[in-house]
Amino acid sequence: MIHSLFLINSSGDIFLEKHWKSVVSRSVCDYFFEAQERATEAENVPPVIPTPHHYLLSVYRHKIFFVAVIQTEVPPLFVIEFLHRVVDTFQDYFGVCSEVVIKDNVVVVYEVLEEMLDNGFPLATESNILKELIKPPTILRTVVNTITGSTNVGDQLPTGQLSVVPWRRTGVKYTNNEAYFDVIEEIDAIIDKSGSTITAEIQGVIDACVKLTGMPDLTLSFMNPRLLDDVSFHPCVRFKRWESERILSFIPPDGNFRLLSYHVSAQNLVAIPVYVKHNINFRDSSSLGRFEITVGPKQTMGKTVEGVMVTSQMPKGVLNMSLTPSQGIHTFDPVTKLLSWDVGKINPQKLPSLKGTMSLQAGTSKPDENPTINLQFKIQQLAISGLKVNRLDMYGEKYKPFKGIKYMTKAGKFQVRT
Amino acid sequence: MSTNSLGYNEQGGEAAAELGQEAAASPAAPASVPAAFGLFSSDTKKNEDLKQMLESNKDSAKLDAMKRIVGMIAKGKNASELFPAVVKNVASKNIEIKKLVYVYLMRYAEEQQDLALLSISTFQRALKDPNQLIRASALRVLSSIRVPIIVPIMMLAIKEASADLSPYVRKNAAHAIQKLYSLDPEQKELLIEVIEKLLKDKSTLVAGSVVMAFEEVCPDRIDLIHKNYRKLCNLLVDVEEWGQIVIIHMLTRYARTQFVSPWKEDGVLEEYNEKDFYESDEEQKEKDQKVKKPYAMDPDHRLLIRNTKPLLQSRNAAVVMAVAQLYWHLAPKSEAGIVSKSLVRLLRSSREVQYIVLQNIATMSIQRKGMFEPYLKSFYVRSTDPTMIKTSKLEILTNLANEANISTLLREFQTYVKSQDKQFAAATIQAIGRCATNISEVTDTCLNGLVCLLSNRDEIVVAESVVVIKKLLQTQPAHHGEIIKHMAKLLDTITVPVARASILWLIGEYCERVPKIAPDVLRKMAKNFTNEDELVKLQIVNLGAKLYLTNSKQTKLLTQYILNLGKYDQSYDIRDRTRFIRQLIVPNEKSGALSKYAKKIFLAQKPAPLLESPFKDRDRFQLGTLSHTLNTKATGYLELSNWPEVAPDPSVRNVEVIELGKEWSVNVGKAKKEKPTEKFYSDSEEEESASTTDSESESTSESGKDKNGKEEGSSMENSESSSSEELSDSASESKEGTAKKKFKTSEESDSDDTEKKTEMISKKRRSSSSSDSESSSTEESSTDSGSESDSKSEAESRNPKNAIAKRKEMAVQEKKVPTKQDVSLLDLDDFGSVSSTVAIPTPAILSPSLVADLEGLSLSTSSVINVSSPIFLPMKTHELLHRMSGKGLAAHYHFSRQPCIYGDQMVSVQVTIMNTTDQKLENIHIEERKLPAGMKMHMFNPIEFLEPGESITVSMGIDFCDSTQTASFQLCTKEDHFNVNIQPSVGELLLPVTMSEKDFMTEQGKLTGMNETSATITVAPKNSTRLMILEKVIKAANLGVVPSGQDNMHRFAAKTVHSGSLMLVTVELKEGSTAQLIINTEKMVIGSILLRELKPVLSQG
Repeated sequence: MIHSLFLINSSGDIFLEKHWKSVVSRSVCDYFFEAQERATEAENVPPVIPTPHHYLLSVYRHKIFFVAVIQTEVPPLFVIEFLHRVVDTFQDYFGVCSEVVIKDNVVVVYEVLEEMLDNGFPLATESNILKELIKPPTILRTVVNTITGSTNVGDQLPTGQLSVVPWRRTGVKYTNNEAYFDVIEEIDAIIDKSGSTITAEIQGVIDACVKLTGMPDLTLSFMNPRLLDDVSFHPCVRFKRWESERILSFIPPDGNFRLLSYHVSAQNLVAIPVYVKHNINFRDSSSLGRFEITVGPKQTMGKTVEGVMVTSQMPKGVLNMSLTPSQGIHTFDPVTKLLSWDVGKINPQKLPSLKGTMSLQAGTSKPDENPTINLQFKIQQLAISGLKVNRLDMYGEKYKPFKGIKYMTKAGKFQVRT
Repeated sequence: MSTNSLGYNEQGGEAAAELGQEAAASPAAPASVPAAFGLFSSDTKKNEDLKQMLESNKDSAKLDAMKRIVGMIAKGKNASELFPAVVKNVASKNIEIKKLVYVYLMRYAEEQQDLALLSISTFQRALKDPNQLIRASALRVLSSIRVPIIVPIMMLAIKEASADLSPYVRKNAAHAIQKLYSLDPEQKELLIEVIEKLLKDKSTLVAGSVVMAFEEVCPDRIDLIHKNYRKLCNLLVDVEEWGQIVIIHMLTRYARTQFVSPWKEDGVLEEYNEKDFYESDEEQKEKDQKVKKPYAMDPDHRLLIRNTKPLLQSRNAAVVMAVAQLYWHLAPKSEAGIVSKSLVRLLRSSREVQYIVLQNIATMSIQRKGMFEPYLKSFYVRSTDPTMIKTSKLEILTNLANEANISTLLREFQTYVKSQDKQFAAATIQAIGRCATNISEVTDTCLNGLVCLLSNRDEIVVAESVVVIKKLLQTQPAHHGEIIKHMAKLLDTITVPVARASILWLIGEYCERVPKIAPDVLRKMAKNFTNEDELVKLQIVNLGAKLYLTNSKQTKLLTQYILNLGKYDQSYDIRDRTRFIRQLIVPNEKSGALSKYAKKIFLAQKPAPLLESPFKDRDRFQLGTLSHTLNTKATGYLELSNWPEVAPDPSVRNVEVIELGKEWSVNVGKAKKEKPTEKFYSDSEEEESASTTDSESESTSESGKDKNGKEEGSSMENSESSSSEELSDSASESKEGTAKKKFKTSEESDSDDTEKKTEMISKKRRSSSSSDSESSSTEESSTDSGSESDSKSEAESRNPKNAIAKRKEMAVQEKKVPTKQDVSLLDLDDFGSVSSTVAIPTPAILSPSLVADLEGLSLSTSSVINVSSPIFLPMKTHELLHRMSGKGLAAHYHFSRQPCIYGDQMVSVQVTIMNTTDQKLENIHIEERKLPAGMKMHMFNPIEFLEPGESITVSMGIDFCDSTQTASFQLCTKEDHFNVNIQPSVGELLLPVTMSEKDFMTEQGKLTGMNETSATITVAPKNSTRLMILEKVIKAANLGVVPSGQDNMHRFAAKTVHSGSLMLVTVELKEGSTAQLIINTEKMVIGSILLRELKPVLSQG
């Protein structure tokens, strides 16, 4: 399946290569560079590039291209999904996934990649198993290793790979037994010029951090499970139980994991927590344009909207902008024409606004379209869909765990057309 | 490590290495060597000190060296000359060194074959290691060393490993097969033998890998799959995600060769079905039945479709896509719709995933619009999407456009046209053009919109609009003179050659419609001819020719002038064209017959161009494949064959030939035997027993526990294992087991004729109900908190109950389809198609969105299903004590059908006591209750006295434990004791509940199988009206009426008083004064008695 993997940074250097079958020359990446040039932007590089003898499948994350080389027919999503899993694993191991970190930990990276694929077919992709095989580097361990000469490679052979619950390692012990669940919902919306909603959807995830001793068996139930329209589970969730009782029953992996992602049924009207008032004017004759936006809370169920961030890609004709915000910091990059305004909290008594003028290139006609405004925000302690966890129970172990549930609403792809 | 490498660089080609010092020991040597020398020899010198480090006897030095070597490999630098030094360390005791040496070996063994042989003996030894993981990794490395000489050794190792006790080693053997095959394809036959053996493996660990090997080595040997087909289907859910993808793709190909098309019959009705896909379930079901009658889906085909469905919920996008393509290629068209929701979900993930998924949706949406129409808005474009995503979304939106949504879509398109991304704006204009041709209602609107765009400032937009308008006008040969005039004016401003050429062509083609303008345009063009683009010049020549033919008076000179210009043009193409046209249109002596027809040739009706989706022909490739994404055949693409006309022999998939009647019991026995091999955990345990540490033994017991837990939750995940699980369950909980056996036997009698059945059941009734009450009593005593903790104890006992219910369900389903030749155990929610006797709608028939809705409701049943007041209060009284035997004391009782005030689980009974003597009766009370176990009774307060001739009504509560056992007690007066009995009719053991029809269907869906009893009865003619049926049924039993959407369906719902189990009654009137009476309840005994009691009620007048 996957023959080789090349890691390419944004300046076009191959800084890591790994082959699982016979070696494929790195000159194969030239085809990739060609495509990259044609695409102008990194985002537009096609994920599948055919070359005379190979096919290059790539994903672009953290400013690194992960290019897999394959030779024969294979479902493209198989490879893409695997590459994403590789990135996730790196992130899990090193905290961040960047060129510097990968270069610094090249041996661990190599060992991990070796375990993840055998002859191009995925072997161990669960981070729990991998971490038992190859321990992630920590400062403490690096220090200990240099003194004692011990290694990152686990000498205990992983039992997870052989068990019926491959996602959980055995013999987990904690002094404080805790289970935290974060219900995070994202609103994807497109708002039109007049402020009415064109489309709005809520997508949610439940991320868990479970640190429990032994083999706990958890059940999580909801007050209103019928809100969940479409769900996808971590493999640990028992599907039949969900089908029949709408209860999440599972033996959790150890540590952080995504338990569930869901989509809230489209029938429910989505409450839009913020509104944007905008007045963006390009005048045909003059070289100055007016720019004014105000952000305000709408349906927030009494919670504060924080972490508000407004970004907008201005048309090419805009040379510069002179703006004054009522709060927060704003920047305009005259090269990329990207305006961003870090608003912070919205105070309903004093709505944040950004006013000023745009200087336009002389002689060019006014752009047809006003820029789209992208919005980011966060609301703590609120799941905008109204989803509520009813209770969490633990079976199979004797101790009393500490349980916590946190709700949060965020903007997903939230766009306001102007 | 980083500090080391730094120091090392500084050393360069330093002499220290030559002195024999260990580099690691002297990292800080001064860099005092001439630079030129250092540069020149640094590579060889570098390796020199690495070699010395490798030869040192310190592990830390070796490790350091290996790490640096791996760093070199990673950067793509050549480290092959270190091979001899590295390979020596293959037998190192240090695991990390060993691993890194392995990494090195796999990379360079191919280049240094002779030296690589040195390491082989180490692996051969490790292959015999008692530890399975060491065996596995030895096999992995051995097979990764691509040295042809060791092929026989590898072959031997693979053969041995494929018979290994550890499934993990067997998995590695499957991987090794592919490696060996690519190294030496001549081993194919031998390898196929190994594959065949491993395909039989029952471990989920092995399944994915061996199927992968099968796909690489011998994808055409479909015959190897037959015997393993059902096993693979059943294991699928438990296989790891990557294996699932491979297996699903393989099974898709397999199914296309083995089953007949499920589309044939509904091909005609396809449109019809699609449109009504989201309509009410009943209608859908009826339709399904109508459609499917002549076609019976192979149960194995159904098995595959059903077992892959849960995987749509996978977090792995590739698994979801694999299932989606399976449904697309294999499922009946009406069922394929359920995948759309999951595919739309994938649009939330990364751009790469979106890109692939959108392409597949685009292909799907051409053929079956209905599938994605409800998700139209999910494909709306955001300004932040990358261009390739935008265009794919646009493509889908165009495919989905229809009369209903076109107006919203066009409004949306308007925003896109203004987009700053001009490439995308141009694509939008083309999309508008396609919508205009496909939907005739909006052609004019679109055309007007496009004309408006002609005044756009952006040239690309205008040009694209011109091109699209040209195509549109061509398809619409109506009079569009105005538009052409407008476009003629544009010629002054527009500069894009394609657009200019298009306008000229249009004017030429319809020059008769704009007789005044056309010559003028030609004049202008002639003036500027030499400065035009080649494309435009050609069209000017064309225009001239056409005008010459239609309006030679005005344009003769102009045309000749243009032709002269063209004659001396730089481009030979234009010179050619001019010469050709001149000969054709200008009459002279030489010109033959052709010039007569010149007008016909030039102004012939031209066929309109088709505006088609670029995804139109992509469906020739299997969805989800690389070939589909690239729209060309990729290397190694395996065609999906067409459905066979006649299905090949289905019996090849039978693993053992078992007589149908015996199947159940035989299977149970078999499963029992299989169990140890199936659960790989146990054998690894055996094997490791010698070396098990404390923690390991702990872990086995823990996961053992977990297994049980899992079984309860998901006992139906696959039938084979569930039957074995059942056994293990019954071993631990014998009571449950015996109760279940009774159910089983009573169900076996089901196949006999109905009379016999009722006999049987009535016989069984007592025994089973007594066991029932027994268990419930123990349950109660264990919680011993009375009625308050009811709900709690119920919740506790819920799991086992559910498990039983599911198994029951399974057994019944099996009996229900006796027509099938080889029934798989899993026909749980088989569609009505196969067994037309199943008249109740099972959830599977509901449309998927409805199912989801209904499921959503299920948890909230407690809030929706409420106990209601009885609709009918029976006045019928039963005699408790006749006045003759009671020495003048007479007593009657009737059931008040009210919730009992004395206890939630009690039935309230009104007893009317009458004094028919001529004296006062004193102290009437109850004594000596002889109640069966579990039954309880709340007596009335003693009556002090009763005057002669008077009567008094008292109420008491009896908990019948949901059985029709008699409650015996003594009714006493001051002097006398009379034995009396109260025996309830089953209809009185219920409390009516109200629920919506939707809830009813959901609940009924949960209570199929063994929880369902049904009978066909003849209804007396006068009973066929709705009112009569309601009246009769409610009179006979305390049921609540559920509103029904259809006239011929009558639904009733109630709860049993004691346990609160739902009792759902359905009366469906059929033609010919028959009716189907269906009862769904967990309390099967009561259910069957109720059925028996209701039968005469309806059939008698």
